[in-house]
Amino acid sequence: MEYRIALAQVAPRLGELDANLELSGEILRRAASDGAHLTVFPELALTGYLLQDLVPEVAIGADDRRLRLLTRDVPGMLVAIGFVEETSDHRYANSVALLRDGEVIGIHRKVYLPTYGLFDEGRFTRPGDRVRTVEAGAAIGRIGLSVCEDFWHASLPMLQALDGAHLLVNVAAGPSRAPGSEAGLAAIAGWHKMQDTYALLGTVPIAFCNRVGNEEGLTFWGGSRVIGADGGTVVQAPLWEEALVVGTLETDDLRMQRYGLPLLADERLELTRRELDRIIAERAGLDGAPDDA
Amino acid sequence: MNDSELPPLPAVEPAQAIDVIVGFIRAQMEQTGFERIVLGLSGGVDSATVAYLCARAVNPENLLAIRMPYRTSSEASETDAMRVVEALGCRTERVDITPMVDPMLELIASPDAAAGSDELNVRRGNVMARQRMIVVYDRSAAFDALVAGTSNKTEALLGYGTLHGDMAAAFAPIGDLYKTQLRDVARELGVPDEILAKPPSADLWPGQTDEDELGRSYDMLDRTLFALVDRRWSVDRCVDAGLDRDLVEWVERRVARMEFKRQLPPVAKVSLRTPGIDHLYPRRRPGSRR
Repeated sequence: MEYRIALAQVAPRLGELDANLELSGEILRRAASDGAHLTVFPELALTGYLLQDLVPEVAIGADDRRLRLLTRDVPGMLVAIGFVEETSDHRYANSVALLRDGEVIGIHRKVYLPTYGLFDEGRFTRPGDRVRTVEAGAAIGRIGLSVCEDFWHASLPMLQALDGAHLLVNVAAGPSRAPGSEAGLAAIAGWHKMQDTYALLGTVPIAFCNRVGNEEGLTFWGGSRVIGADGGTVVQAPLWEEALVVGTLETDDLRMQRYGLPLLADERLELTRRELDRIIAERAGLDGAPDDA
Repeated sequence: MNDSELPPLPAVEPAQAIDVIVGFIRAQMEQTGFERIVLGLSGGVDSATVAYLCARAVNPENLLAIRMPYRTSSEASETDAMRVVEALGCRTERVDITPMVDPMLELIASPDAAAGSDELNVRRGNVMARQRMIVVYDRSAAFDALVAGTSNKTEALLGYGTLHGDMAAAFAPIGDLYKTQLRDVARELGVPDEILAKPPSADLWPGQTDEDELGRSYDMLDRTLFALVDRRWSVDRCVDAGLDRDLVEWVERRVARMEFKRQLPPVAKVSLRTPGIDHLYPRRRPGSRR
């Protein structure tokens, strides 16, 4: 069965929740006319990225009416979109919501908040503490949501693939570190290479949506893409520019890929777990950690 | 030792860098609610490059380039500045800073500072740079424009600029380009050869050149800065790679000594929330637009 994924490579307005909600609504109507079953927006698409102390001003609950109303004009469509989530006990997370027909059917809170070099996320938001997949029904099946830096930790997409994901969705706000040089272009190539590798090793298709535009001195690079379960590019948006691109995936391709390359089925989870338990004990200096390993 | 045995110059992809910087300038205009830009145009490669970049980001009608000679400024500077204005079709104004600067220079020519001494030259240069800042900021109010900075990365790291003078600006388009990278970008933009060919100079006194004053070539300075700053090499590693130890140590000391020029002044924290310490906002945010 075929399904279509739209990637909304937008340039959100920093700190302007209402303007971004409106922009997102317009794009969703366009994506619907393109026949999208799932539309993916970037990380913090509703708020912009360099928020600092604007975080509490733009944060909304996952049950916020404005978030649920986003799907008003696009019945049946799945929408993945990044925002600042305030939990009922006032924790602030960099979250991605999966919405359909006015319901939040899944939430992922960014687990890895980069706080080094040009990044300062851990100062203003708190990390999520779980990695799950969410059942989205036909045709896509289970979806593993993640946010940007989460993908630089191979454990996260691999956990989701092992947890039954039929599709990984990564939303990003990636500023180019050196956009004026070959090093910057190499870093972008590195991001894409990493995604190809996860798709191939996880035998799982990936939808990656990265923002564009400028905030302060930063330039976000875009390059959003859909990758098949064989690691091949299905569709790719341009670098640096706003775009709405649509890629089509075929569920039978995933089925046959996993028959021909049964990596997930062959994965030795009990072995991984045993060795992880040992490594965790050793790194933590716990009693009983074998010292001859 | 030939060049290939030295650490490399910082590389740049000129077309890509231009796209990024033009996008940055447009975003600055959009986010602040301004449509116009003003800058001081000296006739040198830095301000010429910024003028070319700004002219790509806004309509040249909305760009005002101010020429601000002092009586000792070279004729070539004026000729070259006019080449830029004519090529871009931007607005221009000439403001002779001599009658504003000379009374101040008389005041500082005290008996303590020997005429022609390095210290006096620096103070004279600072007066000129700050007077130009006053003119540019005055015109920014009259022309309803943002001030584009013309400082480059080599200058910023070495602190080779005047605080509240040429370093004063609303945004810094070339602040992350080393001097040698800037030349490649300037060439790609079509900055006239005459400007590219001449030795860089602040033109604060006749015959002054940056490389004489700094005592090192930009080529060697940029190799050293790129190794120390961008690649985080130690002094020893730079020396092992073929750079002169005196040069590397001088650059490292100077980058540290000039840290104050690259940051806002520290605020003595006495309250619950303090600007710059725990009152932290992006400069361009809702409400910051005019």
